[in-house]
Amino acid sequence: MQEGRALTPTEINRDLLRSVLEPPKWFWPVVVILTLWVLVGVTVSGIMINRGLGVTGLNRPVAWGFMITNFVFWIGISHAGVMLSAILRLAKAEWRRPATRAAEVLTIFSLMTALTMPIMHVGRPWRVLYWVFPYDFARGIWPSVRSPLVWDPSAILTYLTSSTLFVLIALVPDLAVLRDHTTGVAHRIYSVLSLGWQGNARQWKFQVIAGVLLSALILPVFVSVHSIVSWDFGMAASVKSWHSTIFAPYFVIGAVHSGVSAVVFVMILLRSMFGWQEYIRKEHIDALGRLLIVVATGWFYFLCMEIIFGLYGREADEVAVRTMQFMEYPWNVLMIIFAGITYFLPVALWLPRSFRRNLWIMSLACISVNVGMWLERYLIIVPGLARKQVFTFTWQTYMPSITELLLILSTFGLVSLLLLLFSRVFPLVPLYDIKEGEFLRAKVQVGRSTVPATIRED
Amino acid sequence: MATERIDHKWGMVIDVDRCTGCQACVVACQAENNVPMNTPDRFLERRAYEWIRIERYWEGEFPKVKARFIPILCQHCGNAPCEPVCPVYATYHNDQGLNVQVYNRCVGTRYCINNCPYQVRFFNWWEPQWPNTLQNQLNPDVTVRSRGIMEKCTFCIQRLRRAELALERQEGGRINDQNLAERNLAPACVAACPTSALMFGDQNDPNSKIRPYFEDANTHSERERKTRGYRLLEEMGTGANVIYLKKVEQYPLKQGESHG
Repeated sequence: MQEGRALTPTEINRDLLRSVLEPPKWFWPVVVILTLWVLVGVTVSGIMINRGLGVTGLNRPVAWGFMITNFVFWIGISHAGVMLSAILRLAKAEWRRPATRAAEVLTIFSLMTALTMPIMHVGRPWRVLYWVFPYDFARGIWPSVRSPLVWDPSAILTYLTSSTLFVLIALVPDLAVLRDHTTGVAHRIYSVLSLGWQGNARQWKFQVIAGVLLSALILPVFVSVHSIVSWDFGMAASVKSWHSTIFAPYFVIGAVHSGVSAVVFVMILLRSMFGWQEYIRKEHIDALGRLLIVVATGWFYFLCMEIIFGLYGREADEVAVRTMQFMEYPWNVLMIIFAGITYFLPVALWLPRSFRRNLWIMSLACISVNVGMWLERYLIIVPGLARKQVFTFTWQTYMPSITELLLILSTFGLVSLLLLLFSRVFPLVPLYDIKEGEFLRAKVQVGRSTVPATIRED
Repeated sequence: MATERIDHKWGMVIDVDRCTGCQACVVACQAENNVPMNTPDRFLERRAYEWIRIERYWEGEFPKVKARFIPILCQHCGNAPCEPVCPVYATYHNDQGLNVQVYNRCVGTRYCINNCPYQVRFFNWWEPQWPNTLQNQLNPDVTVRSRGIMEKCTFCIQRLRRAELALERQEGGRINDQNLAERNLAPACVAACPTSALMFGDQNDPNSKIRPYFEDANTHSERERKTRGYRLLEEMGTGANVIYLKKVEQYPLKQGESHG
């Protein structure tokens, strides 16, 4: 049984198209601020290209640092989209409806942001084409398929393509509504984008089939993307703490953990920014909170296993890494903070029902998970490199430079800006999906009992 | 003039017992290979370039302290961990057993530096610079690496090529230990070592003085070896083309005795 009152289609159109048709007053000032924020990142990237990677804090042997951490973080966030829309769609979870598009759009934008990181991170970014595209150019050699760094772009670009298709297919009915609500240039643009959608039975059938098909097809991609990203580390035989078979499932579930938390936070933001209290209801946040307890606990199991597997062999080099992580300042403090804010604090906050329905507490828990998951990647990447082998002579530590810090911070601005601009052009809550939900929710009185007015036959 | 190519497999043997830690090899390598200057701030950034470096370890407590030195350079692994991870084939194995770096292909992902267990790969974080007085010192046979790419020990491939050209193509002979030393065409570190701790040669040459060590190390497990040879991180299976000879303990420590 769902909470809240029944909504009419007119109301749904009016409320959910508000972000597009009559944007709030704060919209442009916020866009300007975010643009300036992103420009800081662009400037920093320019400095990095102009002066060389010496401006970062990277050294030997810690050759991967903040930027790769951030790359993995954003790839992780991108897992929310498919988790929420494809898996829950196939599982027919009713409460997914308002969350799906925000999650999918977050997927696309965080993937795009993640892709900028390795590009900025290489020594000669202008040569990235040789690496990413399976084309031999004038050099007579193709990219080396043995390298996880070639698997990476193919997995990520596949994921980006399929997520974009996923969003587009779900958008078509809503674009048609927008077409009918606009005039002038906007009307013409929406007409083209809505691909001649009339809302007849045949079109709906195709739309539903395409949606279900893509949901099913995207699932293997979903699992493979973060597995492959984790193999960037898992395949590094020389870095003892990275070279572990547990990394693929560990990274995938960690990605779901941080991604779903991020979606909850984005939904709470949208709800208050655009006044969508009747669409993104507390029951939805509640349901996501319950899902997150399960995901977080699964993730915590893998975290413990990773440490246990690492220490089980009692090899000197592996023990050196763990000693650094658990015993040496500041890594030990970071480790405690990380375990606290990624598992113990948020799960404690998610357990009571009243807390799950308190938006402030939910926001706090979800932000804390994401800070923690960022730290997780950092604590895997840097100590692993700093204590790579038993030769103590080359042991080093790593301190990020201000350049890296600004670049990382600007990626958060970039994702927010892209999301905000998207909400200006397209509705961030799927209209047709909400209407479908309302339709399925209707009940009729038959004698003494109340039965659903509609039965879905799929 | 010989037309067919002679099959070489280069190898190095480093006698740790002879190493005095004088760093002559480091300086020779720096000069031969156009390695950028290691100024104090480069060291403080922890980005010094040392294609060959002397690692120094202290044993025991003061005043009974022993210094141990071990020169570490690219091991030219037969099964190199750095090679498969490069997405653009910037590092690969050539037919003479060398692990070579192609500077023009490198995009600078730095995956190879992560995956090198010996940490002998060096990334050019900055554009390399030399003081004006050293501008004419640069070796014309060696590329000056621009920023953003990886570099490492090449076993002085420019000297080996010159040796091949002079000794094999023009004179029709075969490179061996003697003529490499006579013509001063062995790698710079080997030529500079005052105690001959570094030995370089062709593993395929039956008369080479490094050959017995490789034969022993390739056929026997570490425990059954007749020589003092071992490879660094042998358990990783990198198949290094550099063999180290154990330090000889003249006065081996007894159980419970302190170092002295």
